[in-house]
Amino acid sequence: MQNRTELLLQQLSKKILILDGAMGTMIQRYKLEENDFRTPDLKDHPKPLKGNNDLLSLSRPDIIKDIHREYLKAGADIIETNTFSGTSIAQEDYKLGHLAYAINFESAKIAREVADEFTLKNPNQPRFVAGAVGPTNRTASLSPDVNDPGYRAITFDQLAEAYAEQVNGLLDGGADIILVETIFDTLNAKAALFAIQDVFEKRGIPLDPKEGGIPIMISGTITDASGRTLSGQTTEAFLISVSHVPLLSVGLNCALGAKELRPYLKVLAQKAPFFVSAYPNAGLPNEFGQYDQGANEMADQVREFLKEGMLNILGGCCGTTPEHISALSTMAAGFQPRKLELNEVEEQLD
Amino acid sequence: MKTNNYLKLSGLEPLIFTPELNFVNIGERTNITGSKKFARLILDGNYDEALEVALDQVRGGAQILDVCMDEGMLDGEFAMNKFLNLIASEPEISRIPIMIDSSKWSIILAGLKCVQGKGIVNSISLKNGEEEFIQQAKTIKKFGAAVVVMAFDEKGQADTYERRIQICERSYRVLVDVVKFNPQDIIFDPNIFPVATGMEEHKRNALDFFLATKWIKENLPGAKVSGGVSNVSFSFRGNNPVREAMHAAFLYHAIHHGMDMGIVNPTMLEVYDDIPKDLLERVEDVLFDRKEDATERLLDFAETVKSSGKKEIANEAWRSDPVSKRIEHALVKGILDYIIEDTEEARLLLQNPLHVIEGPLMDGMNVVGDLFGEGKMFLPQVVKSARVMKKAVAYLEPFMPLPEEGQEASSLKKILLATVKGDVHDIGKNIVGVVLSCNSYQIIDLGVMVDAQKIIDEAIKSKVDIIGLSGLITPSLDEMVNVASEMERQGLTIPLLIGGATTSRIHTAVKIDPVYSGIVIHVTDASKSVPIAGETISEETKEPYKVKLKETYRQLRIEHEAKQSVKQLISYEEAKSNPVDIDWSTNTPVKPTQLGKTILEDLDLSVLRKYIDWTPFFSTWMLSGKYPKILEDPIIGLEAKKLFSDANEMLDQLIEERWISAKAVFGIFPVKRINDDALVFESNDSTNSIGKFHFLRQQGKKGKGVPNRSLADYIHPNQEDYLGCFAVTSGLGMETKLAEFQADGDDYNDILFKALADRLAEAAAEYVHELVRKEYWGYAKNESLDNESLVREEYLGIRPAPGYPACPEHSEKETIFNLLEVENSIGISLTSSYAMYPTSSVSGFYFGNPESKYFGLGKIGADQVASYAERKGISIREAERLLSPNLAYTPTLSISESVL
Repeated sequence: MQNRTELLLQQLSKKILILDGAMGTMIQRYKLEENDFRTPDLKDHPKPLKGNNDLLSLSRPDIIKDIHREYLKAGADIIETNTFSGTSIAQEDYKLGHLAYAINFESAKIAREVADEFTLKNPNQPRFVAGAVGPTNRTASLSPDVNDPGYRAITFDQLAEAYAEQVNGLLDGGADIILVETIFDTLNAKAALFAIQDVFEKRGIPLDPKEGGIPIMISGTITDASGRTLSGQTTEAFLISVSHVPLLSVGLNCALGAKELRPYLKVLAQKAPFFVSAYPNAGLPNEFGQYDQGANEMADQVREFLKEGMLNILGGCCGTTPEHISALSTMAAGFQPRKLELNEVEEQLD
Repeated sequence: MKTNNYLKLSGLEPLIFTPELNFVNIGERTNITGSKKFARLILDGNYDEALEVALDQVRGGAQILDVCMDEGMLDGEFAMNKFLNLIASEPEISRIPIMIDSSKWSIILAGLKCVQGKGIVNSISLKNGEEEFIQQAKTIKKFGAAVVVMAFDEKGQADTYERRIQICERSYRVLVDVVKFNPQDIIFDPNIFPVATGMEEHKRNALDFFLATKWIKENLPGAKVSGGVSNVSFSFRGNNPVREAMHAAFLYHAIHHGMDMGIVNPTMLEVYDDIPKDLLERVEDVLFDRKEDATERLLDFAETVKSSGKKEIANEAWRSDPVSKRIEHALVKGILDYIIEDTEEARLLLQNPLHVIEGPLMDGMNVVGDLFGEGKMFLPQVVKSARVMKKAVAYLEPFMPLPEEGQEASSLKKILLATVKGDVHDIGKNIVGVVLSCNSYQIIDLGVMVDAQKIIDEAIKSKVDIIGLSGLITPSLDEMVNVASEMERQGLTIPLLIGGATTSRIHTAVKIDPVYSGIVIHVTDASKSVPIAGETISEETKEPYKVKLKETYRQLRIEHEAKQSVKQLISYEEAKSNPVDIDWSTNTPVKPTQLGKTILEDLDLSVLRKYIDWTPFFSTWMLSGKYPKILEDPIIGLEAKKLFSDANEMLDQLIEERWISAKAVFGIFPVKRINDDALVFESNDSTNSIGKFHFLRQQGKKGKGVPNRSLADYIHPNQEDYLGCFAVTSGLGMETKLAEFQADGDDYNDILFKALADRLAEAAAEYVHELVRKEYWGYAKNESLDNESLVREEYLGIRPAPGYPACPEHSEKETIFNLLEVENSIGISLTSSYAMYPTSSVSGFYFGNPESKYFGLGKIGADQVASYAERKGISIREAERLLSPNLAYTPTLSISESVL
């Protein structure tokens, strides 16, 4: 088999790659019940499990596969594993910390299977699996207790340990890429990067994708019009804080719609020495917390920054569906990807 | 995309070492080994105040914050973790990158796990060999930090040029080739060692550092150079003029040789160009090891500088400079003696008085402004500079041509300043005015008690560029909101600056900013007013600045609201059931020697003088430190001493010539406590009360055994007890002298006089309180305390003042004024906002109970506000207005009241 990283880099030089859309939005369509979330082993689990979407990779892999297929049909080049809350820290909310590895392994395996199905059908469009690493539900640089700003609900070491387990599961299950996403606290992301570097070192995987390493994608979240992450960093400060690893891409996702995301993406497009990705929400939520921006409207907004050559990887976050991805995919085919003009001469040391 | 070729760091915001950055200043007051104050705070576990130190550093211009917790008595990992976590919660501090400074690897690791941005590790070295060095560098790389590498190897610290470059090169090769460290992230510290120590082997210390720096920058691509500058002058400790000159000269040359960043104490730095030529020559001889006897020559010179001074040498020299230089010198040094003759000379030379103002005078004031902005001059000096300026301008005025029709006389930007309606305090406003006028702004000062409409009319008429509002008492906060909303209603867009003791960033964000669509900004102190005014006015920065400010304040509002809901309050009922526990069986109220009202006409100023607490006097002048220690302070001691001697000189004159008179009125009355109120009676047997005081009670949730205090607790709950109240003033008759100073344009003496009158009023309060304790009430007949003990409030009983933390509601002053007929008795009046005029006045209560203590009320709930309103017979709305700084909730406004 051809080295998948090489193949991915090759594809990135040719076109804007399409990432899939929201997993949660799709799962909602199935109107699942508590039973759907219980594997035979968990039939007597004391805590309610409904809503633990990552667990579906074990209990209803058929549904997860279907959703992956729909996105691949819609034109996605990269699908994300169903592991947004797959750390032992996040799973511990359901008292399922011990299943973290299994969830990641199975999720990656399912995605791998479906992606290979599609690659086989059309080798001209190879499909890739990004192992999704979410932010967890704790922040390492913010206190949840306003009366005790020095307090932390989680430590760097605890995060790094949980992330390492997740990354091992994803790699064992066959992920092509590790995607650290929805970063609202950069210190969490740094713990994830620390863990990834540790895992790669132990497994003998080079860090740099150009040396055949497994690519690492990073995607931060600008919380609102302040232009900062939840933990207070500006886009550029965020970029600097994660640039110590030779990333495949850096980008932004979630919280904002395409239009609102544009000024911050521009910062990355101008300053990042990596590929740039974006997967915005389907607009901003309405007063009921639902996303009602249609596929075409979103595509129209995204077109503005594709015109400026700002992106290499494009997809959707909350509220996006295969219709959105299909519209984005069709539209993006008409644009050139952002050029990564790393000045090699200047980078040379001696 | 050439962005990869700079060292890039981040806190909440980026710091990129572009060539324009020139030199990056690392703040090191948060280094426990370098700052005694910080060490004490951390060892005492006083992290809140330690955080203030960090904030001061950032506000003082530090671009990177060095944090070090290396101290034998301390759990360094714990302290590093805790302090960095606290910093992370202060956006103003965590804006800049952190330098994690420790000689212990475990502390460095603890620090790296707390910073979300890209910081610097300080430091690692080859001290214990390559293996450990590589391991540590790899780990730092994984955390994504830059690193300071000391020029240190297995054999020890590099102390020659050759050893420096050899160790640095070896470290660099290992880092770049083996660890694959980004060369931009490598910072060398090639050791700054003392010079002029008298030891042969130290002679080349500075020179070798310069040369090594140059070599590193030329031969190790990407690498940076840093160092601690103050080391170089170690052998001249105690001789600041020489040290300052050495630091300036060293830094100047080090930067020329390529030094990128370092630890420099900005208050210990002379301006390179201002170093007297003879001193500079000797310093540079030493730094460059240019003469065999360089050290001796500098030592000899240092003796003369130390003993009689720089000043003397300078005094002789500056008179022979060209006239523009002389004017600059007179302005910077605040020398009045020759300013008229120099101004006249400049006028004849330039043939136009306006050119003299906009030329040499303004240039000189700009130098003053810059030096002040950089922390190289202090406020009393600046005010003296302004005095020189005003005198020169006053001299030129008769020569000025009348401005032609339709032509602006001057291109200066205009700033309107006013103390708002109901408030009479103006020291702070005047200081801001002086500082701004030193920075090329024309000040239109409308004085005190200025009505909103007058401010707006004048702003429109004079086409001002900025409006600055000032106020000292809490009701002024509301008036500022009123001015802002009037400005909005009348369509103004002029930027609005808010300042004064009770104003705050959060109040500005929550109350003022939302009602005005133009720029609104809170100014913390006079020195901040200059950059703020600049940003606000400049065509380039105005818009982005406004967007940024509006957003900042919006965020503050959101955070404020979030905090509101979680503040832990208990109900007023619960608070009342947790009062101060006083054992009344052993604590019987003492019957006063003399009941009723007493007037003391004409207090002896020379007696009051002995009661002055000088510490707040210095802080009025932005010189912070405790008296008398402040006079010996290595940084500001000299200025403090000068100011102190000017103050005493004025006191002598003021007493001798009776510029002012001081009076007091007080009364001690029988009171009956009803819950948190006190009914006041004329005499023990009278049944009709003559007044009622209303007290407030803390409502914050307290720990076990801690009471929810109210001043009412210090009054016997069911037996007859006594309460005193008083008013004193030392501001009577000030106007005459103030008018004289104003006519002279003499801000320095104007501010000095007002500050002294304020101190004398406080002294009078202290003095009269003592009389009351010992004689009129007589519960402490045998008390014998010196002034220092008085300042420390070591006596029995307290004298809280309405408007201050224990009883923050100002309108209670009205009851005091009625009971004592203050206006008729001694001539103090109350404004509509309950400010006292003359301003140099104090009023308050006397509580005689030995258990009574000062406290802060803190936030209170709607239940207590309702009770307070009822007890006082006012509407809840009115009570909320009076108590607004203490409300734990946001009162709901009716539609007609809300502005937007």
